[in-house]
Amino acid sequence: MVLKEMKSTLPPGSYYFSGNEAAAEGAIAAQCGYYGGYPITPSSELMHRIASRFRETGGVFMQMEDELASICSVIGAAWAGARAMTATSGPGFSLMQEAISYAIMTETPIVIVDIQRVGPSTGQATRPGSGDMMQAKWGSHGDREVIAISPWSVQEMYDQTINAFNLAERYRVPVILLSDEAIAHLRERMEVRERITIFNRRKEKGAPPFGAGDDGVPPMPAFGEGERLLVTASTHTEYGIRKTDDPLVQAKLSARLHNKIVHKREDIIEYEKYHMEDAEVVVIAYGFTARSSLFAVEKLRQEGKKVGMIRLKTIWPFADRLIRNLGAEAKKIFVPEMNMGQMAGEIMKYTPCEVISFSQTNGEAIYPHTIMEQLGRLL
Amino acid sequence: MPFCPGCGDRILLRLILTAIDELKLNMGDMLFVSGIGCAAWIPSPHFNADTLHTLHGRAIAFATGAKMFNPKLKVMVISGDGDLADIGGNHLIHAARRNIDLAVICANNMVYGQTGGQVAATASKGILTATTTAGNYYRPFDLCKLVNAAGATYAARYSVTQSTLLISSIKKALQTEGFSFIEVISPCPTQFGRRNQLDTPKATFKFFEDRLITKEDAEGLSPQELEDRIITGEFSNGRS
Repeated sequence: MVLKEMKSTLPPGSYYFSGNEAAAEGAIAAQCGYYGGYPITPSSELMHRIASRFRETGGVFMQMEDELASICSVIGAAWAGARAMTATSGPGFSLMQEAISYAIMTETPIVIVDIQRVGPSTGQATRPGSGDMMQAKWGSHGDREVIAISPWSVQEMYDQTINAFNLAERYRVPVILLSDEAIAHLRERMEVRERITIFNRRKEKGAPPFGAGDDGVPPMPAFGEGERLLVTASTHTEYGIRKTDDPLVQAKLSARLHNKIVHKREDIIEYEKYHMEDAEVVVIAYGFTARSSLFAVEKLRQEGKKVGMIRLKTIWPFADRLIRNLGAEAKKIFVPEMNMGQMAGEIMKYTPCEVISFSQTNGEAIYPHTIMEQLGRLL
Repeated sequence: MPFCPGCGDRILLRLILTAIDELKLNMGDMLFVSGIGCAAWIPSPHFNADTLHTLHGRAIAFATGAKMFNPKLKVMVISGDGDLADIGGNHLIHAARRNIDLAVICANNMVYGQTGGQVAATASKGILTATTTAGNYYRPFDLCKLVNAAGATYAARYSVTQSTLLISSIKKALQTEGFSFIEVISPCPTQFGRRNQLDTPKATFKFFEDRLITKEDAEGLSPQELEDRIITGEFSNGRS
């Protein structure tokens, strides 16, 4: 595991970027060398910026013929040695699911930015939603452990894209940035620091490319390094040899793919707590909704109400321990979402506490006063 | 090897390796990408080189990403007709349009062999398959015309029974800069043969061999005379 400190690709200082632009710059900062994408509102500006900036940075940009070609080319490039990514929205994300399953089974590090919009299906292309939370986790056949992150600011679109690349390389897994139209098109000041930390993929010549390694994560070789790699998404041995008639091989592989993320979730999961000291009602929020939630919570605290907030930065793997331990503190948990309670359901799994799911799926961001009104009824 | 007795892909495997050997190419510099299907098993897991066994229809998309990021890799795509031209059709024509430097070997047996012999887009009219029990109704693709129209630099069609010509064509594809495509008639006695009352590999091969006609011999023949014939040779894209 080699952490490398590098100079930033942008001169350090303040920038006034949109979320899409910031994510593109984050990818460049993270040394992204290949982008294969397809236009889809509201993610396209990210691709535009990459297309022009890669001419300066020397990255390879391909606009492919559809989302399937995009994600497949990203995986191919990753195995050729690239730090590779794509960006899309809900409908495009749906098209990519089979390939994401392939990336999980072959343990290919890739980054997918999903700028969520209103669904289902075509929905409202230019309006925010949070309808892909479960798709990020379970979008393809078979079991699936991925890492998914929900940024809430333009700054995080930059920082968390860098983090996404590092996590993908560290755990050899697809990492999904679950953003939405509101953040993607929001313009905000963000800071670029002098130096950033990049995780370089582990190399170990001759080591089994699908073997356990020290922590369940194998080294990541590339084509052209003389390893004569055998990459297949069929059930395979540690050397990539297809072995579909042996229950032991499948059991071992399935367990390792699961455990390498689940057993390390405490290292992966990030969240923030606000005003939790004596909170009786806890708001659990993520992404753009968390901004309105925090405003509401702070306003209510000024009025002396015992309300706190947890912002989930990591969506998957889910912060189950955090939720389990909440029960002791909180009496009620309030979960505002721009979907029909996708994360509220997940939270309910881990706590006996009353969970109030608040859904707003009209294509508008949830405003602070809405959250205040809802919380008012609980307090 | 997992190929049925009498499978054309067995022969194709040997011819590909012979071509590579004759060119004295280093397998260490090569990347073989395949999709899903019997022909996709030619390179993976049998070739001692970097091999990428991908999703059904997507071999060319994976190959494009790998090649564009690392152009030093010599990339060959080996897959079947259903994989490359049905489900993979869009990726095939776009890679040809972009003239991506790939050598694509399309093993054509007119069916989806691995999944039980369903009809493919290359099946002649009237062919009996698992899903065309009254005989195939639709016209087949002419894959060489298709990739040429899309922008391929090199397009050819040979049968596994034309070993000298096919080896020569594979060598040419590997040495051509740009999108090279070879449709290889590679008969499937198990799924195609038996359903069409061709009970032995010999009978299945004869079925195809009887239909083969060289480009030169086909010149001057009417569309009716050429119906069901399989024209072999190298096909110019009309631009060079």
